[in-house]
Amino acid sequence: MEIVVCIKQVPDTTEVKIDPVKNTLIRDGVPSIVNPTDECAAEAAIRIKEQYGGKVTVLAMGPPMAATALRKCLAMGADEAILISDFAFAGADTWATSYSLAKAIEHVGKPDLIFCGKQAIDGDTGQVGPGIAEHLGLSQTTYVQKIREVHPDYLVVERAFEGGFEVIKVKLPAVITVDKNIEPRYPSVKGSIKASRTGITTWNAKDIKASPEKTGLNGSTTQVAQVFNPEVKFTSEMLKGKNEEELCDLLIGKFKEREIL
Amino acid sequence: MSVKILENLCNGCGACVDKCPFGAVEIVAGIAKFKDNCTGCGVCGKACPNKAIEVTRKAKKTPENKLDAYQGVWVFIEQRNGKIDTVALELLSEGRKLANELEVELAGVLLGENVGELAKECFAYGAEKVYLIDAPVFKDYRTDPYTTAICELINSYKPEIVLFGATNNGRDFAARIGVRITTGLTADCTQLSIDPETRLLRQTRPAFGGNVMATILCQNHRPQMATVRPKVMKMAEPDYTRTGEIIRYQSSVKEEDVTTKIMDIVKNLGHSVNLQDAEIVVSGGRGIGGPEHYHLIMELAEALGGVAGASRVAVDSGWVPHERQVGQTGKTVSPKLYVACGISGAIQHQAGMKTSEIIVAINTDPEAPIFSIATYGIVGDLHKIVPLLTQKIKELKLKATA
Repeated sequence: MEIVVCIKQVPDTTEVKIDPVKNTLIRDGVPSIVNPTDECAAEAAIRIKEQYGGKVTVLAMGPPMAATALRKCLAMGADEAILISDFAFAGADTWATSYSLAKAIEHVGKPDLIFCGKQAIDGDTGQVGPGIAEHLGLSQTTYVQKIREVHPDYLVVERAFEGGFEVIKVKLPAVITVDKNIEPRYPSVKGSIKASRTGITTWNAKDIKASPEKTGLNGSTTQVAQVFNPEVKFTSEMLKGKNEEELCDLLIGKFKEREIL
Repeated sequence: MSVKILENLCNGCGACVDKCPFGAVEIVAGIAKFKDNCTGCGVCGKACPNKAIEVTRKAKKTPENKLDAYQGVWVFIEQRNGKIDTVALELLSEGRKLANELEVELAGVLLGENVGELAKECFAYGAEKVYLIDAPVFKDYRTDPYTTAICELINSYKPEIVLFGATNNGRDFAARIGVRITTGLTADCTQLSIDPETRLLRQTRPAFGGNVMATILCQNHRPQMATVRPKVMKMAEPDYTRTGEIIRYQSSVKEEDVTTKIMDIVKNLGHSVNLQDAEIVVSGGRGIGGPEHYHLIMELAEALGGVAGASRVAVDSGWVPHERQVGQTGKTVSPKLYVACGISGAIQHQAGMKTSEIIVAINTDPEAPIFSIATYGIVGDLHKIVPLLTQKIKELKLKATA
């Protein structure tokens, strides 16, 4: 089975701190990681390869430093890594991003399966997976929590919805987006050594025959009109006490005042 | 948007460095330079006292008459087994306001099998019209038939705005629709409004990990589409005396064209956690230290008569099941009281709880961002404070009933 996994390198938002004086973000030293559910997507692909044979190619769009994220997936067990990187891709919304990734996938060949994470923790849209499927004219199943059966021409998967899951039979080729129930492995030492020796293929917009009208800012169907820091209109009162006992009593006093108790 | 430094005007003062939400500007040899991670958001442009940063808002103009052909506000009415998802009713309530402002019609788009009766509820929540696509192939939501049917409907009737609930289904096919008809889609909007001059839909959402807010426009394509998470918009009081027009639409979708089959639908059994309707929510984060301490949070929630939640860190670490997650990627809650225990308060967590009426934060780190939005803050160890608080509240309640 030929599998492509689309991944994104994202800042680890759980590590972001706020400068208490300026009330701005402290970004220095915030590590970049493979988007968590994209790691799950890589895991799902690698498991299928290990059981049924085939090849796993990981694909990312981003600046050259995104190669680090691809290497992590190589270390997990992916066979090949491709980075599409070009100024032409900059400023892309989900429409243009899914177009560029779809063009790159066409350039790779005709994979049987394309895996993505359900959404990235920086954009949180979940729109790129379905967008790729539509650009390529393929079936899709999103929010997959478990892969039950793998057949040469279809998969049986569990797709989560609010309050349960559906068991879905989806024809291949298809795009599958996975949630975090598919636990990613830690790369082995051997895997990491192999990854460090594997070259990463880099393609630009021309290489993948992407139309300049459809990539980056040009191809974006939405525009950012304004970016602003969330309004701070909170009046905080720090409760001070000699010990836990006193603090608890103070808080209970507040609860009574506000008719919570 | 794109940004450019006008080197002859830049004096390297660093105002842009301070203001950049992404730490993507640095001063090199006395002149500002953008790093690789610049998103072109343009915040620096406003911050620059020397007007040395040029911000270009690029938007090619589409002939206006082409866009003007699109009119009206639509809401996708998600239903499961003949029951409308409440987010659709919230969106009808919000859509009503937008339609009033634009002086256009509000319509519900209803797909399913034998679901015509549900139109009444759409009218009660403000719709004047319901587009009804009723056939066996639409009984349960599936991506292909739903996408095709709605694209046909959009191309036939040309709405200017389409809103979807940001449920797994809504997000699944809205993105596909956006690509198929080439228009923009903004995910998880927390605020929608109409620009009075341009009549454009201003779609505001947390962006870049929820660390800043962004207002998104779809200037050159129609319809303007957005998804909105459950419980973000307020549901209006229904008026069941209202009526409206039902337009039946025959879609070209046939069962044999569909490439996915639903073999089974499994509902989660047991007690489901209803965070969103709770009056009181007590959540635990990284500070709880491990799954074995989560009971402290549960016990306090119980003593207060509330429900226990968690931050993304606690859920991602596998300490707490996902259904309890509060935040941009979890549930959005707006209770009377929210108690955050050992939660630092990343803005993506705040996005899910900051409209709570009273926020109490308990954290050992006095610089945790959660304190900036807390009504009452306590710097201290939750492992000592929470059990003591639980005990005191229990005693108080016992006394009250005695």
